Amino acid sequence: MFLQTTPDTSGYMIAGYVLSFLVIGIYVASIYIRNRNLKQDLETLQSLQAEKPKKK
Amino acid sequence: MQPRPIALKILDVVSIILLAVSAYLALVFAPTELVMGDVQRVFYFHIGTAWVGLLGFVLAAIAGIAYLATKNMMWDRFEVAAVEVSTVFFFITIALGSIWARPIWGTWWTWDPRLTTAAITELIYVAYFMLRQGIEEPEKRARFGAVYTLLGGLSAPITFMSIRLAQSRTIHPVVIGVQNAEAKGDFGMTPDMRVAFFFALFAFTVVFIDFMWHRLRLANMQEKAEQLKLKASM
Repeated sequence: MFLQTTPDTSGYMIAGYVLSFLVIGIYVASIYIRNRNLKQDLETLQSLQAEKPKKK
Repeated sequence: MQPRPIALKILDVVSIILLAVSAYLALVFAPTELVMGDVQRVFYFHIGTAWVGLLGFVLAAIAGIAYLATKNMMWDRFEVAAVEVSTVFFFITIALGSIWARPIWGTWWTWDPRLTTAAITELIYVAYFMLRQGIEEPEKRARFGAVYTLLGGLSAPITFMSIRLAQSRTIHPVVIGVQNAEAKGDFGMTPDMRVAFFFALFAFTVVFIDFMWHRLRLANMQEKAEQLKLKASM
C-alpha cells in the first residue's frame, strides 16, 4: 500500500548529459577555431611586417 | 606565437579524465534517487557548472576592480575570459535545471526566485559581450567592462542567496544549508552521492582553470594581432 515505484526519468537524464557535453564540445571547438584563425592572422601580419623594410 | 606549454597540455588531459570520472560517478557510482529516478543524476553537473559559473562572474568583478585600480589591460583580458567561460557553464546550469524541472515540477520553466535571478544573471553577461562590441576604443571598452562586471558581479551572490532569503516563495531545493520546507524535489544525500557531488565540484573547478588558460592565451594573441595591425596601418 505504501510502496512507491521509482519513475523512469532516464530519458531526461540522458538529454541533460548529452546537452552538457554538446555545449562543452562546441565551446572547445570555438576556442580551437578562433585560435587557428588568429595564428593565421598573426603569420600574415608578421610576414607583412618583415616585408616593410625591404620596400624602403 | 608561443606553442602550448607542457603544463597546459597536462591540464587538458587531466581535465578530460576528471570530467569522464565525474560523469562515471554521477551516472553509475551514485545510487538512484528513489522518488525522482535517474533525472536526479543531472544534479551533479548542475551544481558543478553553477559553482564555476558564479565563481567566474565573481572573478570577473575582482578583475574589474583590479583594472580600475591599475589600468593594466591584462585585467581586462582576464575579465573577458572569466565572463565568457562562466557564461557557457552557467548556460549548462540553467538548461540542466530546466530538464530536471520537467518531470519533477511538471514544467520546463517557472518564474521562481532562483530561476529568475539565474536567468537575469545569464542575460546580464550575454549583454556584456554585445555592449563591449559597440565600443571601439580599447581603454574606454576596458573601463566600461570593469564597471559593468563590478555591478554585474552582484548578481552572483543574489542568485546564490535567492533560495535562502525567499524560502516561502521558492520551490527550488536547497542543497547546502537549511532545507526549504516548500521545496519540491528535495532529497537527502547518501555518502555515495556526496562523493559524486564533491568530485563534480572539483572536476569542474579544474576544467574551468583549463578553459580560462586557453581563453587567456587567445586574448593575448588577439592583443598581439591588434598591435601588429596598428603598426601595419602606420
